[in-house]
Amino acid sequence: MSVLTRRFLLFACITALVPSLAFTACRPGGGTEQSVKLQGAGATFPNPLYQKWLSEYSKLHQNVLIDYQSLGSGAGIKQIQAQTVDFGASDAPMKDEDLKAAPGEILHIPTVLGAVVITYNVPGINQSLKFSGDVIADIFLGKIKKWNDPKIAADNPGVAFPSTDITVVHRSDGSGTSAVFTDYLSKVSAEWKEKVGAGVSPSWPVGLGGKGNEGVTGQIKNTPNTLGYVELAYAVQNNLHVAHIKNSAGNFIEPSIDAVTAAAAASAGTTPEDLRVSITNAQGGTAYPISSYTYILLYKNQKDAAKGKALVDFVWWGIHDGEKYAPDLRYATLPDDIVKRAEAKLNSITANGAPVR
Amino acid sequence: MSARLETNPGPFGNFSSWRKALSPTGNTGDAIFRVLLSLIAFFVLGIVIAMVWALATDSMMSIRQFGFRFLTSSQWNPISGQFGALPFVYGTIMSSLIALVISVPLSLGIAVFLVEQAPYYLARPVGFLVELLAAIPSVVYGVWGIFVLAPFLRVYIGPPLERWLGWTPFFRGPVTGIGLLTGGLILAIMVTPIISAVVRDVLAAVPSSQREAALALGATKWEMIRVVLVNGAPGIAGAVILGLGRALGETMAVNMVIGNRPEVSLSFFDPSYTIASAIANEFTEATDNLYLSALVELGLILFLVTFVVNGIARLLVWNVTRKTGGVGRAA
Repeated sequence: MSVLTRRFLLFACITALVPSLAFTACRPGGGTEQSVKLQGAGATFPNPLYQKWLSEYSKLHQNVLIDYQSLGSGAGIKQIQAQTVDFGASDAPMKDEDLKAAPGEILHIPTVLGAVVITYNVPGINQSLKFSGDVIADIFLGKIKKWNDPKIAADNPGVAFPSTDITVVHRSDGSGTSAVFTDYLSKVSAEWKEKVGAGVSPSWPVGLGGKGNEGVTGQIKNTPNTLGYVELAYAVQNNLHVAHIKNSAGNFIEPSIDAVTAAAAASAGTTPEDLRVSITNAQGGTAYPISSYTYILLYKNQKDAAKGKALVDFVWWGIHDGEKYAPDLRYATLPDDIVKRAEAKLNSITANGAPVR
Repeated sequence: MSARLETNPGPFGNFSSWRKALSPTGNTGDAIFRVLLSLIAFFVLGIVIAMVWALATDSMMSIRQFGFRFLTSSQWNPISGQFGALPFVYGTIMSSLIALVISVPLSLGIAVFLVEQAPYYLARPVGFLVELLAAIPSVVYGVWGIFVLAPFLRVYIGPPLERWLGWTPFFRGPVTGIGLLTGGLILAIMVTPIISAVVRDVLAAVPSSQREAALALGATKWEMIRVVLVNGAPGIAGAVILGLGRALGETMAVNMVIGNRPEVSLSFFDPSYTIASAIANEFTEATDNLYLSALVELGLILFLVTFVVNGIARLLVWNVTRKTGGVGRAA
């Protein structure tokens, strides 16, 4: 481990430690069973759901204390690699070289799905606009500059567009939302793939950067003729105008959690054994094309049998009973096929050579 | 450190040498107090050295990879692993300069009003309100910037500026309300209370005899105020440095209105980026080591920029002080 990683972890641990101390101090005593403390860290996107899981799970299992710190997917990967947490969480699956850098085999357990939506503010236009993938890519590449561009009009017959410039708004902070969105653009546009590529902080050809979903939304709401992307959950909660996106079957799909689950189900057949998969631009007539899994990361070989069992029980509960809390928080639930495959992954986890479940 | 006082050995001549070295008066309490204060003073120095050392070691990977090119390159592409700091350095310095150009005259005006013009019943509440501005969290300024200042600039300030000054490279559109100018304005509003509060204290410290002498020689009120300002020049410069320090390092408020685009563009309407914003934005999701190292190097550069800018400002102060020998040197 490099000096840099150590330093990063030190920082992360300090930020993680302060609230966790305060949190555990307020918890009721563990009862008669031996109490187990689990620490997790990672993605911010599923944090509202994971916090809901923790509070519900702690009601059922008073002896298990779980703490989740939403430090970002990057921190989740770093910390699981360094074994400073019992489980990590990341929106994007870990890269091969990151998996190799870890001291043991890491499993990816998908928990829920999220989607990225296109939102916009064009004075005089109140209906839902329709966009094809190549049009979105051209707008973000700066090739389509005006709202009344024939390519936009072609997807939206009957809409009177102004001749104003399009102001693109993107995330300025490193984000899984950007990673999913640019992954999609890379699939639908060869030019995007070559010039920009996919990642949490791509080098955007045009546009303004806003920090977080709220920063992007703030700039879009306050600036006319803007277009940007935010998380589905955020857009729904804030009643934003969202665009219908053309999927690979040629249908314009309104973003919804059902359309996201449909994309996951349609991709289940091609999902690899380790469940690390991108489901953007999925096949399937009703699939929404800009969606993605979010994962919990854990070691296949657990060091401590009691902790390992508690951890696997918790994740198992999450992808079964926990899923019922997802729709209210605007997360899409896992398709049944993927739950089955995640079950198999969880059943394969061992501690000191013996299966924990 | 000041010169040690010349003291006689006193009636007790046989103190051990270390105690004498620590306390010229030979008093044990003095010696302890002196050691304690020295430790406290060196503690601050130690923190600074530790920070530079940590930043330098952690950015080694990026320094080795890019060398001096890091400072001259405008490319910032985490996907392809290309990192250059030029747009961030430019954005940081330009936004702070805009802030100072606006806030220094404003702060001087406020301070002169409070000290020389305002009646007592007005000076207290106005002074209090100005100081209150300094206590508002920067994220609140940022939110206000997005929802109030940016739309206001887009509708009322930007278009006339573009119409009249659009022929210069500095005011070329499009005007979105988000950009370098908005960032500079937010900073100006944030540093004004700091600068004006310090300048007010500096002006108040100028002896009344100076004012009376000027007036006695037949000076008008305006000429008298100029005398006071010249006397307070070193302190005023110190106040500006303090404001500049705040502007260079400010993160959240600027982040929310500057547009966060790593590009060097002369137009004040175009989006820009500051070093502090870049670190705040990208640190949490920087997974690979080179990326992380480049971000740490940005921190090191911010440190150096602050150091150099402060150094230049100190030189200016020193220069002015030599000429005028005024008060408020410590401010």
